[in-house]
Amino acid sequence: MKYEEKLENVTVMGAAGKMGSGILYLTATEMARQKFIPSNKDREFVLYALDTSHKALSGLMTYIREQAWKFAEKNIVSLRKFYQDRADLIDNEQIIRQYAQDLLSIIRPVTRIESAFDSYIIFEAISENPDLKVELMSTINKNNRNKPWFFTNTSAIPISWLDEQAKLNGRIMGVHFYNPPAVQKLLEVVKTENTRPELSYFVADYIKNIGKIFVPSYDVAGFIGNGYFMRDIIFAEKKVEELKQDFSYVQAIYMVNRISQDFLIRPMGIFQLVDYVGIDVVQFIMSVMKPHVSKENIQSPLIDQHLHDIVKGGQNPDGSQKDGIFKYEKGQITAVYDPGKKRYVPVSEFRDECDEYLGELPADWQPWRKINRNPEKDEILKRYFENLRLSKKPGAQLAKEYLTRFREIASDLVKNKVAFKFDDVNAVIIHGFHHAYGPVNEYL
Amino acid sequence: MSQLSLTFVKSSENNSSMKLRRKVYMVAGYNTISMGTGRSEFHPKKPRPDLEDYIKEAGEIVLNQIGGAKNVDECVIANFIASRYNKQANLAAFFPYIDPELAYKPCVRVEGACATGGLGLATGIKSILAETADVVLVLGVEVQNSVKAVYGADILSAAGWYKERKEGHAHFFPGKFSDRAGVYFKKYGRENTRKAMARWYYNAIENARLCPTAQEFENAQKNLEELALTEPNPRMFVDHLNVYDCSKVSDGASAIAIVSEEGLKRCGINKKDAIEVVGMGQAEYDLTKAPEDPVRLKTTEKAVKKALDMAGITRDQLATVECHDCFTIAAILAIEAMGFAGPGEGPDFILAGHTSRDGKIPFNTTGGLIGWGHPTGATGVHQAVTLWEQLTGRSGQSQVKIPAGKPYGMSVNMGGDDKTLVSLVYKKC
Repeated sequence: MKYEEKLENVTVMGAAGKMGSGILYLTATEMARQKFIPSNKDREFVLYALDTSHKALSGLMTYIREQAWKFAEKNIVSLRKFYQDRADLIDNEQIIRQYAQDLLSIIRPVTRIESAFDSYIIFEAISENPDLKVELMSTINKNNRNKPWFFTNTSAIPISWLDEQAKLNGRIMGVHFYNPPAVQKLLEVVKTENTRPELSYFVADYIKNIGKIFVPSYDVAGFIGNGYFMRDIIFAEKKVEELKQDFSYVQAIYMVNRISQDFLIRPMGIFQLVDYVGIDVVQFIMSVMKPHVSKENIQSPLIDQHLHDIVKGGQNPDGSQKDGIFKYEKGQITAVYDPGKKRYVPVSEFRDECDEYLGELPADWQPWRKINRNPEKDEILKRYFENLRLSKKPGAQLAKEYLTRFREIASDLVKNKVAFKFDDVNAVIIHGFHHAYGPVNEYL
Repeated sequence: MSQLSLTFVKSSENNSSMKLRRKVYMVAGYNTISMGTGRSEFHPKKPRPDLEDYIKEAGEIVLNQIGGAKNVDECVIANFIASRYNKQANLAAFFPYIDPELAYKPCVRVEGACATGGLGLATGIKSILAETADVVLVLGVEVQNSVKAVYGADILSAAGWYKERKEGHAHFFPGKFSDRAGVYFKKYGRENTRKAMARWYYNAIENARLCPTAQEFENAQKNLEELALTEPNPRMFVDHLNVYDCSKVSDGASAIAIVSEEGLKRCGINKKDAIEVVGMGQAEYDLTKAPEDPVRLKTTEKAVKKALDMAGITRDQLATVECHDCFTIAAILAIEAMGFAGPGEGPDFILAGHTSRDGKIPFNTTGGLIGWGHPTGATGVHQAVTLWEQLTGRSGQSQVKIPAGKPYGMSVNMGGDDKTLVSLVYKKC
């Protein structure tokens, strides 16, 4: 079957979720694009948005409508050409409205799994629950005569394990989007030894057509992204334990977060990133990775403690940050959760003491946002890291330890055959995590 | 003879030109901020002044300078298309909102696309000439940030022939001038022309940085010319222009009083604080027709010639010019249409520095449409205010030298793709 034939009937499982909604939207835009190709004019493209809640699906359709409008506004130049034959569509606004309608008409919001029984392609984007994934994929596979291809968005579970458990016979591949899929440029793709080659061909075309880039990863639990991220958290927690010798818990959390954000010039500190992803999600990923990683203990007592206290983080439906390790006001960190006291301690109570201990930021420092947009980024980073190297201040020392560990993690990912090469790790860190630089660099 | 025909007399030297029969002056100009991207006060999602706020601000300040609304005989409001941008029509009825004393006075709204402001001035001048008024308040206004640019393009396309809209570019007018640029590149060379377009942008921003009301006043970008040489991206925009080649979306108002000798006395304004209108050239071309020659602004040529002929001066006597640089290529074409450079020589004229603020003939001394901003209905009036400020020495940081032997300034205001033109020549009093 040709690429476009495969796209004629697709299901996204977990479509109303954070990842599923983005995958649904991107797939819908690709189907709409296919529809504009003259040879596909008579093809009917159907995209099932499968989820469990009608309410969530209703919200999903609102999201898709908004995204479709934004897409059409941005791409009006080409859309005017695509709708050239429609004499009734004259103004940009008419064309944008029509595009949104056409895109929405592709999508069928459904709650019953039977809808997926006719699909050629299944994107799986449900929660990181291995058993549930297996159960659902297995059910679809048994009842679908089209021998569908499964593209799973798991960021942690080995694909070969899912293949084996769900008896998919090589018709599965890892296609891991970064959050939010509509915006993030990067995907990690994972083939197993059994993955059929035609799936790879399809995925390469699909990713190219939706305007993304991908990095291949070996089929090892956590892959490159979480392979790095989970170890980064564990290292941060180790540093918190060390700092706790001389400081309170909340001070240690504050300092490690600040080191990992300001001193390392990252978009957010490590514990803020945990809050962003969701503490429960992080724990789930660790628990999924743990049985597959024998030489290390992929576990975080800090994460477990927070969840025990029902402190979860994550995002509100409007995209704002929920309280987690930190408390937030208008997106800014205002307090740190203290599991000992079971309450948040305002940062204002200890910030000055911590900042004084860490010392000032090395010369030539600039915030991440400013550096990341600067075409002379490389030169600025070189100067900054040279100053960091020369600094004897505790903050700079901790940052250097962090950078060393950062490089070790990358090195291990290649050595342990998680990543194919250093460049792939750097690509994931730069494009997936939006760091200004990768772990393998010549700055320090 | 009708009253109107009495107001112009044919010049004995040139049968095609006319002279103003009555002295006409402009005084008490005012520009609001040109609001939009680039201004730190601007945030697309936050509340900001609306149409009536701009009208009131500009109107009140002019009235304060001329002794109040009681001195005004007539009012003209120049607005292109508030009926779509702001869902508001019947704008002349906003004059009594500026000041209750304007109630029951004759007021009119005029429209001619981006030359609306110029037409507003022409209408006011004709009222003075017709002796139906001695003091006319002319106010131009447009509030365009009410919609995203992609929808603004639909609205602005009304300045072209609607039947061309379907085949036209998503960004209709950038598309039109991109096409002109494409032909110009082919005929006269791309590299030099693009360099001149970049230099024009540089000059516009440098001038805007000297004018606190300019939209680009706070532009601190380095390497302006390098930036302006960014290759166009036809996939997302048009074939031959980048965003730096285009004027921005602006909100703003400009106002000025047009007065007779009697009007000056009534308002208690000294003549040295006024500028005299000595030439006016209006010209129209068929909206349904494509330009005869894409590398010429023929209607601009006609309007400029009429204005200079009526003033009885040559372009060499001009100290400064405000031209309609809605796009950098439009500036090049305008320079050639005014005769400052021959066909294909506009780029060299710019690159030689002649149009810069210390050049032979400083153009657009507060940034023009690209640097100051382009609230469409206000633009023609803004040009008049800028020239009033320059010729009366009120321009502050942006003041250029007005040589004693060159006491003239000229404005060229263009509506649509060289369709509606108003050119005015002013003299320092």
